[in-house]
Amino acid sequence: MNQRPDHTQLTAPDDGIAKGAVLLEVRNVSLAFGGVKAITDISFDVRKGEIRAIIGPNGAGKTSMLNVINGFYTPQQGTIIFRGIERRAMKPHHAVRQGIARTFQNVALFKGMSTLENIMAGRSVMMKRGIGWQMLWHGPALAEEIEHREKVEEIIDFLEIQHIRHIPVGKLPYGLQKRVELGRALAMEPSLLLLDEPMAGMNLEEKEDMSRFIIDVNQQRGTTIALIEHDMGVVMDLSDRVVVLDYGKKIADGPPDEVKNDQAVIDAYLGVPH
Amino acid sequence: MLYRTAGQFKTTYKADHALFPVRQDAWLLAFILLLAFVVFPLTASEFAFRALLIPVLIYSLAALGLNILTGYAGQLSLGTGAFMGVGAYACYKLMSIFPELNIVVAVALSGFFSAAVGVAFGLPSLRIKGFYLAITTLAAQFFLVWLFEKWGWLYNYSVSGAIQVPNISVFGITFAGPRASSVTQYYFVLVIVAVITWFAINITRGRIGRMWKAVRDMDIAAELVGINLMKAKLSAFAVSSYIIGVSGALFVFAWRGAAEPNLFDVSLSFRVLFIAIIGGLGSILGNYLGAIVIVALPVILGTLPQAMGIPVTPATAEHLNTMIIGSVIIFFLIVEPHGLARFWAIIREKLIIWPFPH
Repeated sequence: MNQRPDHTQLTAPDDGIAKGAVLLEVRNVSLAFGGVKAITDISFDVRKGEIRAIIGPNGAGKTSMLNVINGFYTPQQGTIIFRGIERRAMKPHHAVRQGIARTFQNVALFKGMSTLENIMAGRSVMMKRGIGWQMLWHGPALAEEIEHREKVEEIIDFLEIQHIRHIPVGKLPYGLQKRVELGRALAMEPSLLLLDEPMAGMNLEEKEDMSRFIIDVNQQRGTTIALIEHDMGVVMDLSDRVVVLDYGKKIADGPPDEVKNDQAVIDAYLGVPH
Repeated sequence: MLYRTAGQFKTTYKADHALFPVRQDAWLLAFILLLAFVVFPLTASEFAFRALLIPVLIYSLAALGLNILTGYAGQLSLGTGAFMGVGAYACYKLMSIFPELNIVVAVALSGFFSAAVGVAFGLPSLRIKGFYLAITTLAAQFFLVWLFEKWGWLYNYSVSGAIQVPNISVFGITFAGPRASSVTQYYFVLVIVAVITWFAINITRGRIGRMWKAVRDMDIAAELVGINLMKAKLSAFAVSSYIIGVSGALFVFAWRGAAEPNLFDVSLSFRVLFIAIIGGLGSILGNYLGAIVIVALPVILGTLPQAMGIPVTPATAEHLNTMIIGSVIIFFLIVEPHGLARFWAIIREKLIIWPFPH
């Protein structure tokens, strides 16, 4: 078996939070769209360095929860405390600056751009050179471009997508697109990575690859991960703690083994005889 | 064979980021620049300068501006003609208020006026997209042309309502006005177009270009990788309108010599849009190819049949021109939405592996 190269220089940024301490806390969040209550009074936390799964049947409010966390939706009630900073409303690009990155259930890549450009776009926030230097290209702008290219190449190397570097992502098969999207999120060097069904629509082999990448990201880079997934086998193997939602309410929270045997969870998934 | 890339290895990221990863492209560009800077000026006739070379360059520049907005940042605009007008009138006013101003400086400054107007009319893009945005830029188009007509200060209250370019000299060489020679004006335009093109290439391949393309391809995802949509869209409007404004100033000062408000009406906007579509949206090269087609076609239709002894009246030639341009646009929209530039890209790809395609 060949040894995978170590990518230890790509660590998550130091955010002053000790491993195991609370990184993100969701406190009494409620979100409604008109009369539809997507999330009702949910509280849970994500500790630094863990893999936290959010599961639940379709329409349980999992994706809405992620959208609240990264600022895409503003909850009517409750607060989000990230890295000790409390907030309710914020713009998504501010969430990125604070260190939250995410991927989407249905791939949201920039189809007309190559793999490399997509991942480079993930570093837009960190690139500072203004339009004056950009116009000249040579000099500081190029130096900055190459500095970030090196970081991006590490990610490309890590995800084993060197061969598709210059191919427009619209032409790539689905499994690779998912991987590029993960790469783009990693390029943002997040302290919290939100993955919305990273393995949806994949075959077993692709799922195994993706699981390995997620574990490597978590262990080598120390990135905290919150993921939504429907494949229970994957969830139980990967995650440290699981929170279960059903109809916008939290019905269970705890380690995978505990959650698996919880009667409320079994009822939510298998149904209750009437 | 011409395009063999064997033996050209890239060993650094810098080399991979070079403008011409394939050496032959650099030679090709050197050849085109040689033609443009040396061969054409020595050989072209007065007619070729006036009817082909200068307008091709100016229209290319206008299309480049539009392409940055529509092809790169994905914001549809139908106000190009009016933004060219803003550049032209700004340049005219600058030259009448400061007659001692260097014409090159005046042209460069006039772009800032149209950039400001472009940003103002770009504000609706923060809320609306696609065809609805096109309608608001159309509003800009009609409003500005109306303004050029009604605001007497803009054309110095001249009786005709038109602006007339005076003779403008720098270091004893006349750059604009009735006494300017075609060769001077050609070089004047060529240098400005070349410099702006180089800047545009650099911007579009760097951070800002990626930001624009991200907004074009999926604005929600762009926001979630930390791109500020407002900044991205308005900067695209600013850069695009700047380039369009400069092209408008050149349009009047280096080519037409005079302009009435209705010169900048919606048909000019469409003309530039056709160039961008035929050439290829989201490409720099495409603007030149598109401009060559749109500018050269009427000239060819006007001269070729006569040269071959076929009697074609000017009116027929004009109708033919409209018909051919129309069908060419439909052809491109159906067959190759990425335009002539994509054709060239495909040919180039084939040439690289020719004659051993496996």
